[in-house]
Amino acid sequence: MKISLIINGQLRFVEVEPGEYLLDTLRKINILSVRRGCDNTSCGVCTVLIEGKPVPSCSYLSVRADGKSVTTVEGISDEAEKISAYFGDEGAEQCGFCNPSLALTVYALKKELIHPTDEQVDQYLVSNLCRCTGYISQKKAIKNYLGDQS
Amino acid sequence: MKTVNKSFPSVDGKGIMMGRVAFTDDYALQNSLIVKILRSPHPYAKIKNIDASKALALAGVECVLTHKDFPRIPFTRAGQGYPEPSPHDKFILDEFVRYIGDEVAVVAATSNDICEEALSLIDVEYEVMDPVLNFEEAIDSSHILHPEPEIHEMFPIGFEPLRNIAASYHMHIGDVELSLKESDVVIQQSFYTQAQQHTALEPHTVNAQMDYQDRLVLYSSTQTPFHVRRILSQTLGIPLSKIRVIKPRVGGGFGGKQALHGEMFVSYITYKTKKPSKIVFTRKEVFESSYTRHPMRLDIKLGADKDGTLKAIDCYVLSDTGAYGEHALTVFMVAGSKVLPLYNKVDSVRFHGHVVYTNHTPAGAFRGYGAIQGNYALESAVDMLCRKLHMDPIEFRQKNMMKENETSPIFAIMGEGTEGTAMNMESCKLDYCVKRGKELINWDSIYPHKNVSREKIRSVGMAIAMQGSGIPYIDMGSAIIKLNDDGFYNLLIGATDIGQGSDTILAQIAAEELMTSLDKVIVYSSDTDLTPFDTGAYASSTTFISGNAVLKAAKKMKGLLIEEASKVLKCNVTETDFDGFTFKNTVNDEIINLRDLSNRLTYNEDQKQLVADSSYVGHKSPPPFMAGFIEILIDRETGEIEIENYVSVVDCGTPLNPKLAQGQVEGGIVQGLGMALYENVIISSKGKNITSDFLNYKVPTRMEIKKLVTEFAESYESSGPFGAKSVGEIGIDTPPAALANAIENALGVRMTELPMTPEKIIRALKAKEKRQ
Ligand code: FES
Ligand code: FES
Repeated sequence: MKISLIINGQLRFVEVEPGEYLLDTLRKINILSVRRGCDNTSCGVCTVLIEGKPVPSCSYLSVRADGKSVTTVEGISDEAEKISAYFGDEGAEQCGFCNPSLALTVYALKKELIHPTDEQVDQYLVSNLCRCTGYISQKKAIKNYLGDQS
Repeated sequence: MKTVNKSFPSVDGKGIMMGRVAFTDDYALQNSLIVKILRSPHPYAKIKNIDASKALALAGVECVLTHKDFPRIPFTRAGQGYPEPSPHDKFILDEFVRYIGDEVAVVAATSNDICEEALSLIDVEYEVMDPVLNFEEAIDSSHILHPEPEIHEMFPIGFEPLRNIAASYHMHIGDVELSLKESDVVIQQSFYTQAQQHTALEPHTVNAQMDYQDRLVLYSSTQTPFHVRRILSQTLGIPLSKIRVIKPRVGGGFGGKQALHGEMFVSYITYKTKKPSKIVFTRKEVFESSYTRHPMRLDIKLGADKDGTLKAIDCYVLSDTGAYGEHALTVFMVAGSKVLPLYNKVDSVRFHGHVVYTNHTPAGAFRGYGAIQGNYALESAVDMLCRKLHMDPIEFRQKNMMKENETSPIFAIMGEGTEGTAMNMESCKLDYCVKRGKELINWDSIYPHKNVSREKIRSVGMAIAMQGSGIPYIDMGSAIIKLNDDGFYNLLIGATDIGQGSDTILAQIAAEELMTSLDKVIVYSSDTDLTPFDTGAYASSTTFISGNAVLKAAKKMKGLLIEEASKVLKCNVTETDFDGFTFKNTVNDEIINLRDLSNRLTYNEDQKQLVADSSYVGHKSPPPFMAGFIEILIDRETGEIEIENYVSVVDCGTPLNPKLAQGQVEGGIVQGLGMALYENVIISSKGKNITSDFLNYKVPTRMEIKKLVTEFAESYESSGPFGAKSVGEIGIDTPPAALANAIENALGVRMTELPMTPEKIIRALKAKEKRQ
């Protein structure tokens, strides 16, 4: 069946199977920043924003996204570039497999929470696993980014 | 130093965060056949018959492969230097399956769904056999995992498959029994360490296609592209010259991607069908069917004099390699060779043991590589000994541990499955690390503990550790530097960046030596067609081995540049000055800049391509050292532990990129804390892995990690590039022992089994109460 998605601000019509997940649909149409890290919604690597809210695309049926806006990191490249500079300053970038989805979630957090506490930030990002950094460098980078942007 | 010892952001961080094509699966062709593996539901069985006719009849199924399709060549997937110290005990597919998740058959089809359906249509008749699930009962069990006659060791590793022994080893210095008898105080304890899973966020991923020269091109999420190429050729009979392995960006490895996992199947299918194909492991497959850390039992005895002089260390290790002997001997040996020299003043040492087969998921390389297991046992035992001696554990360590310019006879005796290499500790700031860490954690005001409330206790614990820097006389790294017009360079390296930042620090080394800026060095790793040989990212080798190769190549390039410039400037090379951008004839002050020189060489006069290459093989493996200090808040009623702080003071020589080095340490610390606290691959009594997802196998999240303090000691290792040693693994070693020591300092109970869960802590407390 055909659905319409507003992907990064652009209306696109995509042919999907009824049981298809958004992650697979996006990769199929070459939006490759969205990646898979688990089988049961437990790693955060596949996060996209649907109507601005972070959602794991690995368990979101594509048909449910019909008519909705879907944002991937390609759609916030200026912001992602900014965030990456903060990460770079803290040495918080290692393999980077977790990074596009983390940048997206941080971006959504910034829009949603005003002057969040450290605890709130950690809560918001808790489903974004990272196996490389040990988190502290990421936390510092995110804190600096949020501080400078507010 | 202009470029090294500076925290540049990694060269690729921005592009990856912005979502650019980077990882293996991003390079898969859209029309790739999907490859999936039918996996064994039994821990041990013989395949009596496989009927794939229904699967083959399904529209969209390209092929179904079984053990009958592959030549019977025993090999090891370990991905080590050749000949490997791991036994050749695996067939690509076999008529025996040896753990739940072992490979039975392989399907290639046009879609994921068709693949899944095809898998369900394959009828397999198994003759179920009795498994060996308790590694302490494996030796001489009547159930033998590897009776097949073709398997063999490549050189003596104590391989006795008919006794379920994959490897064994014995070494001793002095007379341990006698030293123990003569000691005033002796302690004896067995420690158990569990199976831990790497859980790199990118699962094992491979894809293949035939190129227009009819060669097999493989993209693989691997730590060892050159080993992959060799092993594929050896097992599939494809000429080496017909295989190209490209390692794009890798989403974490930690040792798990040192070995080959899906490479054989995808290569075989594409080579045979000429169609592109790909495999992406599910997370369940990563858990069940890749690797874990080797679980071990370590029986340790220490003997000391009343004055706190450590006299003897005796250690027997029983290690569980699971169904195949990948990294069996070497991980086991590192539990001794990269732990015991910490206490180099003892009269006698014994280290011996066995690595056994069981019907578990195979164990393999994992950051720390045995050292974390050995460290947990030894550094726990040292604290136990101090208790008995009524001696401060820091004072005891300061008295007995390795110091700069000292050595240990163990270095010469124990190597990577073979003899080792003698060396002196030209750089060892362990003394400083201990002193500084003690300050940073506020040891004196907390040790051994402080009561915070009725239930909560604050306490501290510590441990020291060492690792290595590559494998001497075995690991080789190499580099090619090419000058381009406009005066910038390409740095081509076989070393594999898997997220640790090696592309960045290797470019920093080249830029430093060539006195240029980092953006003038364009780094590329790794591709077996384009980059020179490198054994790969393992054994903490990249900074030291590949880094030295880059440094040598850069020196050579500098020589070539000066030679060419002196021709233009019409002077001797000794009269030519170079500052990285401009060459000057020191006799007449005439100058030419690098840009003009490179353009002239490319387009105008005396035209030639300047290329410098070099290789490096280590003659020693200078260990990095560290002291790790933990501060915890523990609830004596619930056994719950909060990690308040972890202080690491590390001697890795010159940290070439301090922030990235810090990232290596902290990533290791948190993985080590995961292992200490809760990470645990649990196998049921039926042999089934019941922790095969992130819901049941818990890894640290950002909620639990509150504070890490990481500092580097001023240190310079003269054999390393710009004074550097390795830093990739050392971080993981101390957390289990430091935490166990902190728990004892808080509650007076000794945790002898990992992970140290609240349940086990409460159990230990109850047992203690009973004893009192
Ligand atoms: S892939 Fe892991 S949460 Fe979606
Ligand atoms: S940087 Fe590798 S998972 Fe986060």
